[in-house]
Amino acid sequence: MSEAHTMSETVTPVTASASGSFWDGHAATILVPVLALIAKLLIWEWIVHEYEIPPYKLPAPSAIGKTLVSDWHVLFPSFLITMKITLLSLMTAVATGVVLAIAFTRSRLVELSFTDVVVFLQVTPLIAIAPLLIIYFGEQATVYIAATIVAFFPILSNTMTGLRSTDHGLVNLFDLYGAGPVQRLTVLQLPNALPYFLTGLRIASGLALIGAIVAEFVAGSAGKGSGLAFRIVESGYRLNIPRMFAALILVSAAGVVLYFSFAFLSHQLLRKWHESAVRREN
Amino acid sequence: MNVRAADLPLVALKGVGKTFSNGTIALAGLNLEVRSGEFLSLLGPSGCGKSTALRMIAGLAEASTGSISRPVSGEGLGFVFQEPTLMPWATVADNVWLPLRLKGVSKGDAAARIEDVLHLVGLDKFKTAYPRELSGGMKMRVSIARALVMSPKLLLMDEPFAALDEITRSKLNDDLLRIKVERGCTVIFVTHSVYESVYLSSRIVVMAARPGRIIAEIAVDEPMPRPESFRRAPAYIEACRRASEALLGALGSQDHL
Repeated sequence: MSEAHTMSETVTPVTASASGSFWDGHAATILVPVLALIAKLLIWEWIVHEYEIPPYKLPAPSAIGKTLVSDWHVLFPSFLITMKITLLSLMTAVATGVVLAIAFTRSRLVELSFTDVVVFLQVTPLIAIAPLLIIYFGEQATVYIAATIVAFFPILSNTMTGLRSTDHGLVNLFDLYGAGPVQRLTVLQLPNALPYFLTGLRIASGLALIGAIVAEFVAGSAGKGSGLAFRIVESGYRLNIPRMFAALILVSAAGVVLYFSFAFLSHQLLRKWHESAVRREN
Repeated sequence: MNVRAADLPLVALKGVGKTFSNGTIALAGLNLEVRSGEFLSLLGPSGCGKSTALRMIAGLAEASTGSISRPVSGEGLGFVFQEPTLMPWATVADNVWLPLRLKGVSKGDAAARIEDVLHLVGLDKFKTAYPRELSGGMKMRVSIARALVMSPKLLLMDEPFAALDEITRSKLNDDLLRIKVERGCTVIFVTHSVYESVYLSSRIVVMAARPGRIIAEIAVDEPMPRPESFRRAPAYIEACRRASEALLGALGSQDHL
């Protein structure tokens, strides 16, 4: 013990400062959150057993885990459906958001004519429009449309900022060499907008998931096409609280998967040139 | 028809004035002729309209009065801004390719010319680097290479070295003179440094502000490229003295400074 202590004393300060303290290291960033999570789950488990809390009030983590396994055949298809709705809505939002951002930055007429619609969709709570959407489009379509509407705005506004914030000098240079509108868009504006767009995409992916869940609560479509939100509502009716928790875990898992997928995509696309993704050497 | 083409000015400004929308007179009746092969510096305090004049020669700004004749913009013109203004998402080679790309030249067809200008500015080994990996001086070299890739007759430079440290700056001054001689292009160079203008120029036009106008012209006859020892030559010191005096005169005419 004392020998180990002397060992650590003899480590030169150079390596110490180069690798940073334990708390900045790789081991700490993975190990500490995992250990802390396990500790929290253990405390939860202990409280449930110690105070004999019935599972219909608060199930223990072990009970939730068991339900997750036993109800997998019900929950996993619902997870896939929620993911599918989220991704499809996200794709629609990306397509319409980017096209509209280009149209808005290109034409003042288009911008002035359609800004009211965009602002209306952004400021009106989704849940207030949902009943109307159900009447017009039916339950299935409403879930897609609602998720698309919430995901659309960050894509549009971020892409517009990116398209507009081109370097003044570069714009002059394009003027000087007589660049056409298509060249300006593809060579200058779109690459410039990429980091902004990717930030919008990350925000939109989270919102699309929220939109898909909220709209399903309202639409409440049962049967084959039901996603995780329906499973949560259904578990509530049946007082199957462990399953409700299991469904909740899958909802957050969907969010985490989406977030990290787009963070990874963003990093891959920007790592060569953008400050946000470049590894600092000092 | 008895006038030879070489005798005709490459750029001619006749009574060129510029008044901004807020009423500020940036330039008042500027007359200036630039001949082929000249290295002309526009020297003056900030606000004297030297950058405005350069932007008008490039066609990036409109003159309010007077007329400007110059080679066709785009093909015959290279412009270097105060900032390197590179596309951060593109490699050095792709940044240099830009003017050719905008004229529809494929990267394959442009490769030889890109190599050529990168060699000229000493960046052969940095073709695949991204701008963020380069120092300030190297970024400026890329910017110069980009301006030269179309082999312009006329190179316009707007305080290109103002943000660089003294050592980098004097190195780039030497390289610029070498490039000018090798390429045989005409240069119009905007600066507020007396020493830089004297070292580089064959002719210095000193300007004053409010309203922007020409108050002196100084010829520097030393042939190019110039040796480092020129910085200590009597001709250099004399030209610096005259340029400084003219510049002091320019500042003196601004009563509230």
